[in-house]
Amino acid sequence: MGKKVAIVGFGQTYQRSSRRDVNGVELINEAVTAALADADITIKDIDAVVIGNMDHFEGINYVDMWSVEGAGAVMKPIIKVTTGGTTGMTVAMSAYYHVASGMFDRVLAIGWEKNSESDTTGAIITAFHPVWERPNLGGAIAGLAVEASKYMDNYGVTERDGARVAVRERLHALNNPYAHLHQEWMKGMEVDKLVELLVTSEQNQMLAYPLRMSDMCPRTDGAAAVVFASEGVAEKTASKLAWVAATANRHDFVFLGDIDWDFNQTMGDAAKKVFAKAGIKDPLKEIDLCELYLPYSYGGLKWMENMGFCGPGEGPRLLWDKITDMDGELPVNPSGGVMSSNPIGATALLRVGEAAWQIMRKSGPRQVQKNVNYALATGFGGCSWADVMLLSSKKPA
Amino acid sequence: MTEQKQEKELLAISSGDAAQPFRWSVGKHGSKFLAELRDNKKLFGVKCPKCGRVYVPPRMVCGRCWAQMDEFVPVKDTGEIVVCTIVQFSFVDPNTGIQRPVPYGYAFVKLDGADTAIPHFLDSTDPDKVKVGARVKAVFEEKRTGSLMDIKHFAVL
Ligand SMILES: [Zn+2]
Repeated sequence: MGKKVAIVGFGQTYQRSSRRDVNGVELINEAVTAALADADITIKDIDAVVIGNMDHFEGINYVDMWSVEGAGAVMKPIIKVTTGGTTGMTVAMSAYYHVASGMFDRVLAIGWEKNSESDTTGAIITAFHPVWERPNLGGAIAGLAVEASKYMDNYGVTERDGARVAVRERLHALNNPYAHLHQEWMKGMEVDKLVELLVTSEQNQMLAYPLRMSDMCPRTDGAAAVVFASEGVAEKTASKLAWVAATANRHDFVFLGDIDWDFNQTMGDAAKKVFAKAGIKDPLKEIDLCELYLPYSYGGLKWMENMGFCGPGEGPRLLWDKITDMDGELPVNPSGGVMSSNPIGATALLRVGEAAWQIMRKSGPRQVQKNVNYALATGFGGCSWADVMLLSSKKPA
Repeated sequence: MTEQKQEKELLAISSGDAAQPFRWSVGKHGSKFLAELRDNKKLFGVKCPKCGRVYVPPRMVCGRCWAQMDEFVPVKDTGEIVVCTIVQFSFVDPNTGIQRPVPYGYAFVKLDGADTAIPHFLDSTDPDKVKVGARVKAVFEEKRTGSLMDIKHFAVL
């Protein structure tokens, strides 16, 4: 069944709206340097590299080729993997497969993006079918707004419920020095008051009903890197490890119009698969923490249901009962999540790194109090795809 | 040196007005759909011989059943809104290179007789009309070129 694999190091750049002071390669290099330092190894210890981003955003196609100096891949195997929003998780999965195969001891996964270099919505539209979808698609914002329309219609969910997710993510981000959005004005204010402000303030521009500015992720320049190591090597590399317990990904349809909008099938099925592999029967009780790819607020409601953390229509209850807050039973996105930093190709890899650091208890001010044995990280993208990775404090059986 | 000045001296190079035109094959099924739309204002789906799903836009393979589809079935120019929104933010439309005019109604419409939905513009930005489950009817362009945009938009009934 392959070798057991652990994460031994994680590094990221500060996530910012624009990093004019570095080009793509230099940005990548910052994250790689940080990850090597975190694992206390040098680039010589890396056997192979998997790198990814979404080509559309920078208009440059061969990052595996032109990044080799910054990525630390000179005269080493390097492979590019790009799967849209899930890219960051797919590079993690791919690095994991490399190591699990037994052919590589330490593999570096890199995700990055310079979203400041193009119009993000325009670039996202080019990921969809030119004949059947592009003529009238409204990028990620409109694509997610329509999902919310159905979810609200099905369960009587309100804009306040969406805003409560946004408040959680942004309050959490205040603890994360790396996060892009630091909404200091929120500090110390009551949750109810913040929710009220978000749904009534005219400054909070309506983008596509029901999504206001506060319901969406930002566009970010940033990079992340994670080092995966094989059993035997991992224990000698680092004292604190986060083991890969299981991973799964799912794609279903060709076109957005084919999707079952009532249920996120790919996310639900991928989560079910990793829970089954780890023997988890009651995810809400047995998972200790989540770093989820939630690009918009309503994902924090509907997708929680679809992954089996609660029943259909119960997402808002989980949220308002504070179960997913920092000190709740199941803290979700202590980092502030995607809605606080979104360097797209790096975004899902940040979920993996942040989840690993929570297990290793290296998260600084955003470290949760409780013990973290199982942490779930997810990626979401494209035509409703899902990549999921479950990390564990214990070496899997 | 002030931060502002520093920022100014960090250069970024514009791609200018560079454009890269493409020619996308739409295949046999896609061609039939677009030709019928262009010439006769008729809409067609393709039916899976195994699961019976009617796909619009038509395609060759039902991925669920791994079955080839060749049976064209007519679908109506009326249908129902599956999901929808009113887009209020503007962005560069990569098809035209210009800012998309806003606001506009946007929905995935399941045509009567089809099992999948197509994305399109609505004629309304009235939040009381643009609703899940609302009935709609296709409005065709006078001059049609063989594109999905030969449907100008869907009128909310
Ligand atoms: Zn079928």
